[in-house]
Amino acid sequence: MFKILKKNIFRSPYQSLAVILNVSLALFLVCTFFLIGAGSRAVLNFFESRPQAIAYLKDGVKSQEIDLLKARVESTGKVKEARYISKDDALKIYKDLFKDKPVLLEMVTANFLPASLEISANDISSLREIAEILKKEPIVEDVDFQEDVVSTLSSWLGSLRKFGFAMAVFLLLNCLLTILVILGMRISQRKEEIEILRLLGASSWYISSPIYLEGVFYGLFSAIFSWGLCYLVILYLAPFLSRVLTGIPIFPISPIFMLEVLGGISFLGSFVGFLGSLIAASRFLRVSR
Amino acid sequence: MITFDKVTKKFGEIVALENASFKIDKGEFVFLTGPSGAGKTTIIRLITGEYLPTSGTIEAVLTKINEISKRKIYLWRRKIGVIFQDYKLFNDRTIFENISVPLSFYKFTSGEIEEKVGKVLELVGLQERKNLFPAQLAGGELQRTCLARAIVTAPEILLADEPTGNLDPKTAREMVKLFEEINKKGTTIIMATHNQSIVDIFKTRVIELDRGKIVRDEKKGKYHV
Repeated sequence: MFKILKKNIFRSPYQSLAVILNVSLALFLVCTFFLIGAGSRAVLNFFESRPQAIAYLKDGVKSQEIDLLKARVESTGKVKEARYISKDDALKIYKDLFKDKPVLLEMVTANFLPASLEISANDISSLREIAEILKKEPIVEDVDFQEDVVSTLSSWLGSLRKFGFAMAVFLLLNCLLTILVILGMRISQRKEEIEILRLLGASSWYISSPIYLEGVFYGLFSAIFSWGLCYLVILYLAPFLSRVLTGIPIFPISPIFMLEVLGGISFLGSFVGFLGSLIAASRFLRVSR
Repeated sequence: MITFDKVTKKFGEIVALENASFKIDKGEFVFLTGPSGAGKTTIIRLITGEYLPTSGTIEAVLTKINEISKRKIYLWRRKIGVIFQDYKLFNDRTIFENISVPLSFYKFTSGEIEEKVGKVLELVGLQERKNLFPAQLAGGELQRTCLARAIVTAPEILLADEPTGNLDPKTAREMVKLFEEINKKGTTIIMATHNQSIVDIFKTRVIELDRGKIVRDEKKGKYHV
């Protein structure tokens, strides 16, 4: 059967190449959309797990006042965690963040940085209310909260998902039709040969199985090719993206995750290839007797 | 072995075969004669199951051919060998590969295929040509290839549609001698032909058709009465 598959593929090499390139491009885009979606999800998770509101405290605030403030915000029941960051802690974080840029570390001491209270809310929608409570506190200098960042990111991710899903459906339909048309042409080209095989006693399975195999081959080969291409693009962009997304633990991407993506895209490619070949066979191999 | 019972085949208004009834026993050699359009090929195609009769029944090897479903017809076709007037060979495959096609439907090993094809190549005298392509062979050799392909699975029935139609008289006689040899081994042969000399030499059963009707059925007949 594999001998027949090889023969069928090389019988019209340009047609085979056209279908492989077309399906590869579509699956590459599907793979890219998926990876962007997964990356965005990771970014969102990162922001959600970070303190979502920071209350910068005035200098010289006593620890009892801080404890009272902490207790007050926790008593609202809307706070998941409230953590006090002293001036020394803030300096440590600052130094860690800019360890590669010594110029920024010069002249900076703990006195330059404010102490703060980092707060994570149970629900992002209650963040504004918590921020308002904090702003009214006399020991609070300023309040910074990320409601906009997270909600914008969340809504952007939702839109991206919808757009990605629609595009994936559109692209997979394109793959299906490409495989269907090319295999239909193949069957038409082999019409006489198929007719002779039927007269000699070939079963429908004997005639159609190389067609199914060809469809699955196109889907699977294109999936592996497009996944490889995606991985190369990620590896190429990784240094740049790591810089842009500093602190967000995405890179390096786990090879296990990429293998899972390979499994998924291979299944998708094979399924589309098989479906295309199945429709082509049922459409073009239909005979009266 | 093969029974036609009041078989009629119509294509629209055209009657290709009308009320044909005959019985062919196992091991018989039967010539179907008559002018073009008489219904010879229609009979062959009705036996292969390519055509379904408009009315009547066709029974062969205890199977009602007209009742075999589209999905199962291949099983019947594997029981018969067919030689086509236009050869129906695969031009992109060698003679060896062409002959081995019916064997590829079964799970034979490559060694078994080589042995079976080798035997029929020897019978039809084409051992030397086995690696050539159909375009490199003469008409008689092509027809012998078709014969080899038809008998490689040792079918009980061999159908030949004008197998000598494109051959010179000498090659045609050689070809029919091969058929005679195969028939002697017990294979039932039904041959549609125009070739008067062959029919007259072999003096076997002749079913003559004219405009779709059987006009003569003689046990040891000649081309003309």
